[in-house]
Amino acid sequence: MTTFQELRLDGVRRRFGGKDALTGLSLTIRRGEFIALLGPSGCGKSTALNCLAGLLPLTDGSIWQDGSRLDTLPPERRGFGMVFQSYALFPHLSVRKNISFGLQMRRLPRDEVRRRTDEAIKLVRLEEHARKLPGQLSGGQQQRVAIARAVVLEPSLVLMDEPLSNLDAKLRLEMRTEIRRLHQSLGLTTVYVTHDQEEALSLADRLVVLRDGRVEQIGTPEELHNRPANAHVADFMGYRNLLPMKVKAVHGDTVALDGSGLTLEGTPVGPVAPGDDVVAGIRPEDLRAGPHGVPVTVEVVEYQGRELAIEARTAEGVALFLRATERPSPGDRITVTADPSRVLVFP
Amino acid sequence: MTATLPDRDTSSTRVARRHRLAERGIDRQLLLLAPALICVLALFVYPFAYGIGLSFQPAEGGVFGAYRAFFTDAYQRDTIATTLGLALPAAILNVAASVPIAYRMRGRFRGKRVLTTILVVPITLGTVLTAEGLLNYLGPTGWFNRTLMTIGLTDEPVRLTNNYWGVFFSLVITGFPFAFLLILSYLSGIDPTLDRAAATLGAGWWQRFHRITLPLLAPGLATTFCLTFVLAFSVFPSAVLVGDPAGTTRVISIAAYHAAYEVYDYPLGSAIAVIMGLVELAVVAVVLGLRSLLYTGSTGGKG
Repeated sequence: MTTFQELRLDGVRRRFGGKDALTGLSLTIRRGEFIALLGPSGCGKSTALNCLAGLLPLTDGSIWQDGSRLDTLPPERRGFGMVFQSYALFPHLSVRKNISFGLQMRRLPRDEVRRRTDEAIKLVRLEEHARKLPGQLSGGQQQRVAIARAVVLEPSLVLMDEPLSNLDAKLRLEMRTEIRRLHQSLGLTTVYVTHDQEEALSLADRLVVLRDGRVEQIGTPEELHNRPANAHVADFMGYRNLLPMKVKAVHGDTVALDGSGLTLEGTPVGPVAPGDDVVAGIRPEDLRAGPHGVPVTVEVVEYQGRELAIEARTAEGVALFLRATERPSPGDRITVTADPSRVLVFP
Repeated sequence: MTATLPDRDTSSTRVARRHRLAERGIDRQLLLLAPALICVLALFVYPFAYGIGLSFQPAEGGVFGAYRAFFTDAYQRDTIATTLGLALPAAILNVAASVPIAYRMRGRFRGKRVLTTILVVPITLGTVLTAEGLLNYLGPTGWFNRTLMTIGLTDEPVRLTNNYWGVFFSLVITGFPFAFLLILSYLSGIDPTLDRAAATLGAGWWQRFHRITLPLLAPGLATTFCLTFVLAFSVFPSAVLVGDPAGTTRVISIAAYHAAYEVYDYPLGSAIAVIMGLVELAVVAVVLGLRSLLYTGSTGGKG
């Protein structure tokens, strides 16, 4: 197993037809890390992955594996495993031959190819399907073949391009756990592309949030979840309420806000001064119906098992998303409050 | 009430029968097939059957007289080998030459349309114009030979027309664009991600081509080969115009033409045409038989 201590992306940039699809991506990946590239479609996350894999040449910047330069090597000489969104299984080869393809390309002895292929098939529990063609498998099984094919080579880095996006919700959860389990048990280093924040938060050790080809924030799931760097990241991290407001006063660590038909107290994420236009980010679960607070009108109530999800409107007609345990009726007027430490104020 | 019941019953069974027939695809829309069916019957099936019938009614020698006459006469019999000798290499070359060019052109790039158009133009020219061009260009006093002689490569003109090579070139010029277009469309039907997946698994370009692309393309190659072979096998104008129709390029269609329209032996002409069809069928059957051994399922791409 060829491995590295760290893989360094240095100012990686890729242009498509005069437009930057990815720019200024600098990131150091340590061995054994699980990195998620997160962002909406068109944000450059797949471009970043393809640049790492060598399927796209860089316009600018470099990629280093410890001391050696990597971005000048073709994909077949980088020794990375890749799982494609469409799985890209070879349709004319059986499951076994798909998995052993990479081993055969390395011209390993026949015994070793057989042994390692058997192990990989067992790892993803496809023993009964080893002789089938990919077309005869279900989506989840194809997904497992794709993963086995990538990890059988014990690559120094595994790249995954939205591997779960073609699966149904239940299977997606199962495979998510499966991917994390494989990552840990095989000691892999993984770069995982997704647009699903829940997937990224639950899988990754560190997340890279991209938008319009630029890095918005790099951090651990906790950092991103609790301290998004700006309103865009907050939007992606489940801060469904992003309210345009005005700073009324600053008292030490909290600021008083006004606007959108609400008055709130919040914690600033950057420097703010009275009179500034800001965006207040609040998660629906941090906005609670309570006896005191701002009056709003309930519009839609959705049952979600443990809780109710409520869409309400302020006096100025701004939509608010919140949670409640008791069921209000549409049209009811309720009052809502939020803990100032849970209201993030983005300049 | 009681009087209306039986009435309703019969009407409901009628509706039900129409429904049952419609479920098997039998309804009034079938009438739309009539014009095409009449054309096929009148213009293809009947003349075809008539020709086969004619081939069994020679002036002498019984039912199989015309066939016996063909196979006992070496001059006639050899036309099969002559035609195969032209059509098989031409079809193989057309397919083989198309693969690398189409492979190179499978992606998107600037000027692809112009290049494709240039490669496809010979289809629209027709064999006669191609033959005229070949005669002037490759003939004894054509540019090609004059250039060769000027630069001193040969002392006398290389004979490239009015023999096997003239016909062969003509078959390649007219058959290649056809093969190229077909193979290009088969290639673009293969998901390009497969190639990239193979690359990340450590396969170099040659391994990617012969382990992934070629196996997926092979059924398409077989089909393309059959079509170009059939086209080349029925070669007639160029065999006469740039060939040696009395000798080395006396192809089977010339034999049929000669029998039917110069000797006026229609049964023999028909018999030769039937033999021609059977030889083509035999080659196509062999190739498609081999094709069925290959993977012929989805290739992931669109198209």
